Order: sequence, then C-alpha cells, then structure tokens
Amino acid sequence: MLELMRRTATVVWIVLSLATGVSWWLAEREGSTAGATVLIMLIAAFKARMVMLHFMELKAAPLPWRCVFEGWVVIFTGVILAGYWVSLAAPH
Amino acid sequence: MPALASIGPRPAAARRLPGDSGVWLFIAADTFMFGLFFSSFMFERLKNVELFNRSQQALSPTVGALNTLFLLAGSWFVVLAVSAAKQRMEQAVVNCLSLGLVCGGAFAVSKLFEYGAKFAAGLSVVTNDYYLFYFVLTGVHFLHLCIGLVVLAILRGRAKTGVGDERFLRWLESGACYWHMVDLLWIILFPLLYLVR
Repeated sequence: MLELMRRTATVVWIVLSLATGVSWWLAEREGSTAGATVLIMLIAAFKARMVMLHFMELKAAPLPWRCVFEGWVVIFTGVILAGYWVSLAAPH
Repeated sequence: MPALASIGPRPAAARRLPGDSGVWLFIAADTFMFGLFFSSFMFERLKNVELFNRSQQALSPTVGALNTLFLLAGSWFVVLAVSAAKQRMEQAVVNCLSLGLVCGGAFAVSKLFEYGAKFAAGLSVVTNDYYLFYFVLTGVHFLHLCIGLVVLAILRGRAKTGVGDERFLRWLESGACYWHMVDLLWIILFPLLYLVR
C-alpha cells in the first residue's frame, strides 16, 4: 500500500511539474491570446485538484470533505473564468 | 489477511481524513478566504483591465513557474515523509522533511529577491490597484509559507524521537496537509497574478 502511495505521489508530482511547464510555455508563446489564458486557468484547476486528491489524500477522505474541496476548485475557477470572459468585452 | 481488505471499492467506514479534523477546518476556511481574494481580484480587474494587464508585464512568468516547481517538489518530499513515517523509518522522515524545507526555503528566497527587484524599480503596494493585490495576496501567501516552514522544522525535530508515536503521525499528516494547502493556493495565485491577461 505504502509503495503504491509513493509511486502514485511520484507520478502525480511529475505530471504537475510538466503541466507547470506547459502553462509557462503557453504564457511565453501565446500569452496575449484569450485561448491561452483560458487553457492556463483550466490547467491550474486540474493541478489544484490533483494536489487535493493525491497529496492531501482527499481521494480517500469522507465524501463531504472531498465535495467541499472539489467544489472550491469548480466555484473559484468558474468565478475567475467568468470575470475574464466579462473583461474581454469590457472597454480597454 | 488485512492486506486483502484493501482491495476493491473502499467502504465508507474506511474513508478517513489524514491528520486532525480541526486543522482541516482551518484549511477549508483559509482556502475559501483565498477564493474570495481571487474573486475580488477579478472583480477589481474589470474596472481597469488595461492597467492590470500593463502592470502585470513587470512580473516574470519564468520566476513564477520556477517557484511553482519548488513548491511541487516540496510537497512531493512531504508526501514521502508521511509515507516513511507510516513505516517508522525515522531517518527517511528526517531526510524528506529536510528536502521539503530546502524547496520551501528556495521559494522564500526567490520571493524575497522578487520583492526586492519590485521595490528597487519603485513599485510598491501604493503604486496602483494591481500592485495592491500583488503585494497583499503574495504577502499573505508568503506568511502561510513561513508558518509552513516552521511547522516542517518542528516536525523534523520531533521525528528523531517520535516516529513510533501515533500522535506524531497525526501531527505530521496535519502539517503535511497544511503544507500542501500552501502549494495549492500558489497553483491558482501564480496564473491569476502572472498569466491572466
């Protein structure tokens, strides 16, 4: 079980680091496009969820606790993306 | 055969929250507070998108990404420390916590250099609304990081004698979850402040 826990954590860490690299690349290359910004926020939401489920062990936690934190990701990613969407239409 | 019991869907009773539930209440309250910070940043940004986008250009996405990598590595070492504690491998716990501290320390040093460069360029909390958010949000996060470093250092000190103790494991798990929360908040804060434009 512990060996599995270590192996999972290592794979998750590698995936999270690669995802960080992708976000950085998107920001450097396509930083000014709306598509890149939306993708970067979705990658961040995915990373946050991975940290919660695998590092904070919410995957095996009582469901109400897991729902609170998964809900957090959905709510605030939603608010950020909604705010961004409105800003695209705002006068510059 | 306790090992066989872990195969298959996890029964509701086997689900557990690592560490202390009081610490989890704090973590939940803290993450929601940061969520409100994120929301108010986006709301204020709407009032002056051009200013926010222009101000953001003084930040380096490369430094922000590097800091993310430091925290991710730190979290990984702390997960390994918890796993080693469950096997009562005290030296491994001490080593993993030391490496976690080094990663967190690297983030702290990098952040201090970043603040120094901003101050040297004449940018401060009163420059404009964007920098108000930048300094307050990263500052509050930095404070959380410093508390996390102290917690990891205390746990590292205790690991030398207390690895066999159930209470130690519970506090290690609690400290680890707090540490992951610092990582979690930065994962959203970094793109929000450095990359959304």
